[in-house]
Amino acid sequence: MRRIPISALIGLFFTALFFLSAIFADFIAPYGMAEVVSNSIWDPMSREHLLGTDALGRDMLSRMIYGGQTTIYIATMATILSFTLGSILGFSAATLGGWIDQALSRLVDLVMSIPSLILALVVLSVMPVSTTVLILVMGLLDSTRVFRLSRAVAVDITVMDYVEAARLRGEGTRWIVFREILPNALSPLVAELGLRFIFAVLFISTLSFLGLGVQPPLADWGGIVKENKEGLVYGIPAALVPAVAIAALAISVNLVADWVLNRTTSLKGGRGA
Amino acid sequence: MKLVSQRIALGLVLILAISVLIFAGTEILPGDVAQSILGQSATPEALANLREELGLNEPALSRYLDWLFSALQGDLGTALTNGKDIASSIAGRLGNTLFLAFWAAIIAVPLALTLGLVAARYAGRWPDKLISGVTLATISLPEFVVGYIVMYILAVNYRLFPSTSVIYDSMSLWEKLNAIALPVIVLVLVVLAHMMRMTRAAILNVMQSPYIETAELKGLKPAAIIARHAFPNAVAPVVNVVMLNLAYLVVGVVVVEVVFVYPGIGQYLVDHVSKRDVPVVQACGLIFAAVYISLNILADVVSILTNPRLRHPK
Repeated sequence: MRRIPISALIGLFFTALFFLSAIFADFIAPYGMAEVVSNSIWDPMSREHLLGTDALGRDMLSRMIYGGQTTIYIATMATILSFTLGSILGFSAATLGGWIDQALSRLVDLVMSIPSLILALVVLSVMPVSTTVLILVMGLLDSTRVFRLSRAVAVDITVMDYVEAARLRGEGTRWIVFREILPNALSPLVAELGLRFIFAVLFISTLSFLGLGVQPPLADWGGIVKENKEGLVYGIPAALVPAVAIAALAISVNLVADWVLNRTTSLKGGRGA
Repeated sequence: MKLVSQRIALGLVLILAISVLIFAGTEILPGDVAQSILGQSATPEALANLREELGLNEPALSRYLDWLFSALQGDLGTALTNGKDIASSIAGRLGNTLFLAFWAAIIAVPLALTLGLVAARYAGRWPDKLISGVTLATISLPEFVVGYIVMYILAVNYRLFPSTSVIYDSMSLWEKLNAIALPVIVLVLVVLAHMMRMTRAAILNVMQSPYIETAELKGLKPAAIIARHAFPNAVAPVVNVVMLNLAYLVVGVVVVEVVFVYPGIGQYLVDHVSKRDVPVVQACGLIFAAVYISLNILADVVSILTNPRLRHPK
């Protein structure tokens, strides 16, 4: 076990902090999520309200904690969905080959040929906006990237002797996917997990900021930026609080992902080099 | 030439397939267009009337072909929300969006290439680490966050530029440029990081080839190696990087226009998604997709033309 570099430690610390505050939001938030606690709006930071109050006189800190819960919940669920779907389909495509591989790969090429934001906007114009729909849309769109990666990794593994041996002794597709390919493809996929999670956080924040994601009174961090953006012109930095939180979460997860990637990959220098 | 025409043909097929996807995404999904326009409380009669009016009772295939052929002739239909002709609403906005993207590209491309070269030249040393650190930070920020941070610093604290980018036809070029300064800065920051990282990677990749080692061993200076040996060979990947990032500008533009209330096609799209104005969303989606795919194909064509191995396939 090598020593953990300082950047990864910082990343781990903040990632853990964000996740813990999301999980225990009900216990640590000083006020309710949508509880109006002040008669004036955009109160500055004070003892009672550590981050001040927002555009409707709600406690900013509580709103941030619950907002983080929403952001992290949606991003986590979307990442789980995209990974489960993308990796199973990717491994299957690589193992089965033939027309299934062709059909899936062309479909993924098609979906990836335009930006996911545009496609998501098109779909969201007719779908009812709810947390479930958001998770499904984001998870499905993002599974294309996981599909490409896991297919590429699995294609390299399927030509290995131990897979050939498993085939020759008559194992089924399911055995080959779960017992032979999955354990060997795990490390590149784990590194990718962090990046996909960041992408999901940025994606849901952007959608909510555009008013097409989480709907009020519930708000994620992107939504809180939207709620407080009017204040910026008057020099009230309330909208920057969730903005900084999004950035801090994304950077911390990135630092952890970089470390995992550098540890697991045999490539010299890892990503970025 | 055969390869180039193949790529262009493939691109056209791709745009056609995307039009199917956009149409299917809005018409076949469980959400009913008529229902989403009128809301959950709509009476069955009102729903039936609207379906009739929108032609929703026709089979999906014939509606798709109708839509596609009129779109090809420049007729994008009328908006549900205000009954205006979509094509004429889009035309002016598309011009505004291209104006914004053009200035962002003019600034971002040379800047990113220079910084990428500097980072590659000093790979592993402090200029490289500094540039890489800053780009890591900007990659982790969504466009709208960068937008508000820039707005807060430059428009609110220092009052250098207006915080919203309202432009109209009677403004002089200088006034227009002043108005779009902030969105241009944000777009530059957003694409700069990607473009720079990829340029750096492309150059470093070339730097590992044997002919560079030869140049090093015969005693050339690092700057000369990059200028004479590495850069010509890195042109194709770098051009690719530039094109991909110009395509990426397309996405950035949507969000940045909303942040700065800029009257472009991105804001028009977002507005009409929340109003559930499906014909407008389909039209804008198609335009964005076509621009994105065209830029990608252009990138492929340029890299084929600059690479002798691809220009003369065996």
